Amino acid sequence: MLLDALLLQLGYNATLVAIGATLLGISAGVTGTFLFLRKRALVSDAVSHATLPGVCIAFLLMAAFGGDGRNLIGLLLGSAVSAGVGLWCLNWLTRNTRLAEDAAIGAVLSVFFGFGVVLLTVIQTLGVGRQAGLEGFLLGSTAGMLWADAMIIAGGGAATLVLIMLLRRPMTLVAFDPEYAAARGLNVSRIDMAMMGLVMAVTVVGLKIVGLILIVALLIIPAVTARFWTERSDRVVLLAGLAGGIAAYIGAAISASAPNVPTGPIIVLMAFALFALSLLFAPNRGVLAAVLRHLRFQRRVHLRQGLLALATGQPIYEKMTLRLLQKSGLMRADGVATEDGVARAAKALRDEKRWEIVRADQSHEAAAALYDGLRAIETVLTPDQITDIDARIGGPKGVAS
Amino acid sequence: MNGEEFVPLSLTPLLIGVFAAVACALPGNFLLLRKQALIGDAISHVVLPGIVVAFLLTGAITALPMMLGAAGAAIVAVVMIEAIRRLGKIEPGAAMGVVFTTMFAGGVLLLEQTDTSTVHLDVEHALYGNLESLIWLDATGWSSLWDIEALAGLPAELPRMLFALIGVALFIAVFWRALKISTFDEGFARTQGIRVEALGMALVITAAVAAVAAFDAVGSIIVIAMFICPPAAARMMTNTLEGQLGWSVLFAVTSAVMGYVLAGYGPLWLGAYDAVSAAGMIATVSGVILALAAKFGPCRSRTGAPAGA
Repeated sequence: MLLDALLLQLGYNATLVAIGATLLGISAGVTGTFLFLRKRALVSDAVSHATLPGVCIAFLLMAAFGGDGRNLIGLLLGSAVSAGVGLWCLNWLTRNTRLAEDAAIGAVLSVFFGFGVVLLTVIQTLGVGRQAGLEGFLLGSTAGMLWADAMIIAGGGAATLVLIMLLRRPMTLVAFDPEYAAARGLNVSRIDMAMMGLVMAVTVVGLKIVGLILIVALLIIPAVTARFWTERSDRVVLLAGLAGGIAAYIGAAISASAPNVPTGPIIVLMAFALFALSLLFAPNRGVLAAVLRHLRFQRRVHLRQGLLALATGQPIYEKMTLRLLQKSGLMRADGVATEDGVARAAKALRDEKRWEIVRADQSHEAAAALYDGLRAIETVLTPDQITDIDARIGGPKGVAS
Repeated sequence: MNGEEFVPLSLTPLLIGVFAAVACALPGNFLLLRKQALIGDAISHVVLPGIVVAFLLTGAITALPMMLGAAGAAIVAVVMIEAIRRLGKIEPGAAMGVVFTTMFAGGVLLLEQTDTSTVHLDVEHALYGNLESLIWLDATGWSSLWDIEALAGLPAELPRMLFALIGVALFIAVFWRALKISTFDEGFARTQGIRVEALGMALVITAAVAAVAAFDAVGSIIVIAMFICPPAAARMMTNTLEGQLGWSVLFAVTSAVMGYVLAGYGPLWLGAYDAVSAAGMIATVSGVILALAAKFGPCRSRTGAPAGA
C-alpha cells in the first residue's frame, strides 16, 4: 500500500497531493535556508499565523458578494495581504519601539491569530453554512484537493524557486554579512523584504496542504537538517530543498496509504526524522562524530602521557592509560615496557625536549604557537630545523668518575 | 443586566479569564526582558501532545493527569530545545522552531489516530479553549456567593486557575530580588551567589505551570497573547520593573474584561445574535492595547542603546 503510494499508483487525488506536497517541500526548504542563515527562523511563525484573518476576511468578502467563499485563489490572496500586514507590524514594532524581535513576533502571531479566531466564529455564527473547509487551513486538508488547487500550489512553488534562483547571491551576502552587503551598495532592507516576501509566498501556498500552524516546520526543519551536512551555503540550500522534498513526498504517501493520518503533521514528523538522523549521524557536526572525535582525542592524550611516564620511569596508576598501553603492545601485563614501548617512550620524551627548546626560542614563535602536547613535531618543523634543535640538545655525555 | 443573569453565566468565565491573563502576564514580564518571550509560544504548542498522551493513558478527561501530561511535555520540550541547541550548535530560535512544531504535529497525529468522539478533545478546543462554557449553573444571583451549596458547583477551573495565579505571584514575590538582578545583569547575579541557571529554569517552569493551567481553561491563544502583549505594552509605559509589572497586570485585566464583554455582547450591539470567540477577542484587545502603547506610550522608543542592538 505504502509502496503503491510512493510510486504514485494510488489514484488521482493522492498523486496530485504527493506532487504538490513535494514541490511545496522543496521550495519551503530552499526559502527557509535563507531565513535560517539570517537567524530569523521564527519570523515565519508570525507570518504564518498572521494569514488566518486574511483567509477569513477574504471568505466573508467573497460570500458577501455572492461568490463562492471557498475560491482558493481568493482565500490565498487574502492570506497574503494579511500576512503582509503582519510582517509590516512586526518590522514597525522592532524598528520604532524598544521591543526585541522575539517579543514582536510573539505579539504579532498571537494577536493576528486571535483576531482570526474571532472571525472564524463570526463565519460560523453567520450561518453561511459553507464555512466547512476554513478550519482546514489551520492544519491543512488535502482530502478534497482539486486539479486547479494543485496547479496553484505547483505554480506558486515553481515561481518561488525561480525567484530564489535570481536572488540567491544577494540573499546569501545579506545573510552572512549585512554590513558588507550594504557597503557593496546592496539595499539590505529591500533584500530582507524580498526574502520575507518569499517566505510569505511559501506560507500562503502551503496553507492548503500543511496548514498555517505547521508550515513553519517545513521552513525551519529542512534548513537546520541540511546545515549538519555541509559548511557551504549553496549546498545547504540544495540539501534543504532535497530534505524538504523527500519529507513532503514520503509524508504525503504515508498519509494517502493509511487511514486517519492527516498530511501536514506526518510531513512534519518525516522532516523531523530526517533532522534527528542528521543530528546523530552527520559527519563532522553530528553527535556521533563528536563522540568519536572525543574518544580519539582521549586515547591520544592517555597514550602520550603514558609514554612520557614510561620514559621518565614514573609509575602509572590510571587504568585507561594502562589498558591502552598494553593493548597497543607498548607494555607488558606486569607493567614493564616492551622493547617497542621503550623506543616509543624515548622518542616521546625527546620530542617533548625538542618542543621545550622550540617554545623557548623566539625565532620559532609561529611553530611554538602550535604546541598542544599532542602534535608531532615533524608535522611542524622541517628535518633541517629538527637536526638543528637536536644539535642544541646534544648527545649523551660521559660523567667524571 | 442583573445579578441573576450575570453571576451564573458571566462571572466565572470572566474571573477565570482575568486570573489566566494575570498568571501569564506576570512571568511574561521576565521572559520578555530576558529575550525569551517565545518560550510561551513554544510551551503552548507542546502542551497538546502532553494532554493527548495523558488522555490515552487514562482514557478520560480528568484534570490532574492532563495537567501532569502537559507539564511533562513542557519539560520535555525545554530539555529537547536545550539539547538540540548544545549538541547541534543550532541557534536557539531555530532549535525552538524544530521542537515545538514537531511536538505539535505529533500531538495532532495522535489525536487523529485515537477515537476521541466521545469526549471533548480536539485541536480547535486546544487552540481556542472554551471560556464561554465555564458557567456556574448552581448560582441564582449575587447571594449565591455566600451559599456553600452553590459554591460547590463552581467550575473546577476557577479554583485551579486561582491557585496557579497565587503560585506564580508567590514565586515572583519570594525570588523578587534574585529574579530582578539576574534578569538585568547575569554576571553580577553570579557574583552575588545567585544560581542563575537554576533560577532561569525555575522561571520557565513557573511560566509552564501558568500556561498549562490557563490552557486547560482558555486555550493556547490567550496563553501566547498574555505572555507577550501586556508585558510588551507595559514596557512602553515605564522604565522600572515594578511599574512594568503593575502596568502589565492592569493591561492583562483590561484585555480579559474588555475582550470577554466585547465577545459576549459586542455582536448583540451590532445587531447580530451570537457571541464570538472570547479567547480570540481577548487576544485581539491585548493587541489593540499594545498598538496604542507602541504608538503613544511615554517610554516606547529605544534610548541609550545603539541602533540595531
